[in-house]
Amino acid sequence: MIVAVASGKGGTGKTTVAVNMARVLGSDVQLLDCDVEEPNAHLFLKGAALKEETACIPIPEVDESLCDGCGECGRFCEYKAIVSFGAKPIVFPDMCHGCGGCMKVCPRKAIREVDRRVGVVETARSGNITLIQGRLDVGEAMAPPLIRAVKARLRNGTPAILDAPPGTSCPVITTVRGADFVVLVTEPTPFGLHDLRLAVDMVRELRIPFGVVVNRVGIGDDRVHAYCRGEDIPVLLEIPDDRRIAEAYSRGNLIVDALPEYQGLFRGLTETTLELRKSREA
Amino acid sequence: MRELVVISGKGGTGKTSVTASFAVLADRPVIADCDVDAADLHLVLSPRVKERHEFWSGREAVIRQEDCNGCGICLSECRFDAVIKDGAAAGHEQFSIDPVSCEGCGVCARFCPQEAIDMRERLCGEWMISETRCGPMVHARLGVAAENSGKLVTTVRQEARRIAEEQNRSIVIVDGPPGIGCPVIASLTGATQVLVVTEPTVSGEHDLERVLSLTRHFKIPAAVCVNKWDLNPEMTQLIEGKARVAGASVAGRIRYDSAVTRAQMMERAIVETPAHCAEDFRRVWDELNA
Repeated sequence: MIVAVASGKGGTGKTTVAVNMARVLGSDVQLLDCDVEEPNAHLFLKGAALKEETACIPIPEVDESLCDGCGECGRFCEYKAIVSFGAKPIVFPDMCHGCGGCMKVCPRKAIREVDRRVGVVETARSGNITLIQGRLDVGEAMAPPLIRAVKARLRNGTPAILDAPPGTSCPVITTVRGADFVVLVTEPTPFGLHDLRLAVDMVRELRIPFGVVVNRVGIGDDRVHAYCRGEDIPVLLEIPDDRRIAEAYSRGNLIVDALPEYQGLFRGLTETTLELRKSREA
Repeated sequence: MRELVVISGKGGTGKTSVTASFAVLADRPVIADCDVDAADLHLVLSPRVKERHEFWSGREAVIRQEDCNGCGICLSECRFDAVIKDGAAAGHEQFSIDPVSCEGCGVCARFCPQEAIDMRERLCGEWMISETRCGPMVHARLGVAAENSGKLVTTVRQEARRIAEEQNRSIVIVDGPPGIGCPVIASLTGATQVLVVTEPTVSGEHDLERVLSLTRHFKIPAAVCVNKWDLNPEMTQLIEGKARVAGASVAGRIRYDSAVTRAQMMERAIVETPAHCAEDFRRVWDELNA
């Protein structure tokens, strides 16, 4: 069972929901921090680092002794990552998606692929949680290859919670795709509602069952609730606007540790999610 | 012409509330919303759309089923898991392309022995030029599950700069996306000044370090402002110290005030309301213009 925690709007509490959900589960769980641009889950989990691996994408390297400057590679590349001005081609690594096309079309087999580092994948253990997180190198534009590297470490048989980046574009889709259920976290404000609608469109496009967590209930109005009722979207959990939660978060504490009275709420979320998933399968 | 970009690293720290107030305070600005996959600034500035443009970018593979003989070479050649095996029909395997995963590289089309794959132009969203009470605004909407947000961001910024030049306006204010990846890089390359809005939390601190490495990487002067600073005063001090060490200036603090959400519900910028924290927003703006 893979549950992805996502949101259109940033800062609605995705990481809070993901780490607290993982903690109250009690049994072994994998927590994948797929917000590789700004990974934060580790800040809330004190544990032992197990390993760090470099994540790379393949980029072309031209063997100039074989290249005759025909320019086929440059004509083929959709991303202008290899360019040939009637001479030996120049590679722009930042633009390369790693499709391998230039190497395949080169008539003289003058191109081979070499690894280019985009970030690291770190694994750590904290209690019942195995945390696997990606950390994109600063200045690196493309998050999806690193997110794929994080997800490649998923082990079957152990439940997994995926902490997604904000938004609705490629990094989010790379994270959410293949999940069994998506938890969308929002807040009851106009921005929260607007971005929730975008996230709902995205999850529906991907045809993954989903539900909503409303965080900071009390700060805005009931338009998010009305929208969910109207669209028949289950509200899985409501987290009240409680300054103590914000303060615990600011210090890097888990809600379920700092404020044990909230443990029941998060257990309920995990149970509701599992039940919804089962009823879908039945 | 000056171009001020508001970013945050971590999402939800108040970028858009800050940008909206700056739009009100600035003298004849052009406003650009570069958070193209979750744009919210229009919810405060209520733009009247004057021009709407389709945003076509990149291509996507489409298999012509009538010409496919089911050889499966596309499946083995694709590096993005975008080719889906649909099962057998008409005496052979059926394949299709998942448009969400397809990165438009064209490898499948090139190596299909039947030449049964077309590369089609892709509609990725739209961008708009609008009028607001603060001045012209360029904004966009990325299509559902669409790619190339970086290119759409670049389009929005270019248009905003063009308008500023044509109308002799001296500042472009850009509402940036969260994170440090492709759309953020597209939002800030070549800008005059960056304001990083953060919050006094462990996440805010961690993300600020990364976002300031990014502004250094692109050599853009950065200022930092801590929103909701009184939520954790010690953390605020720590963050301001780290910001200075990282070469950024400190543009001020904004207090925690529930009036921010109320202003949002009234579709007003904070500085258009009598909220106490409005003076904090004004002070940050003055500091950036000092």
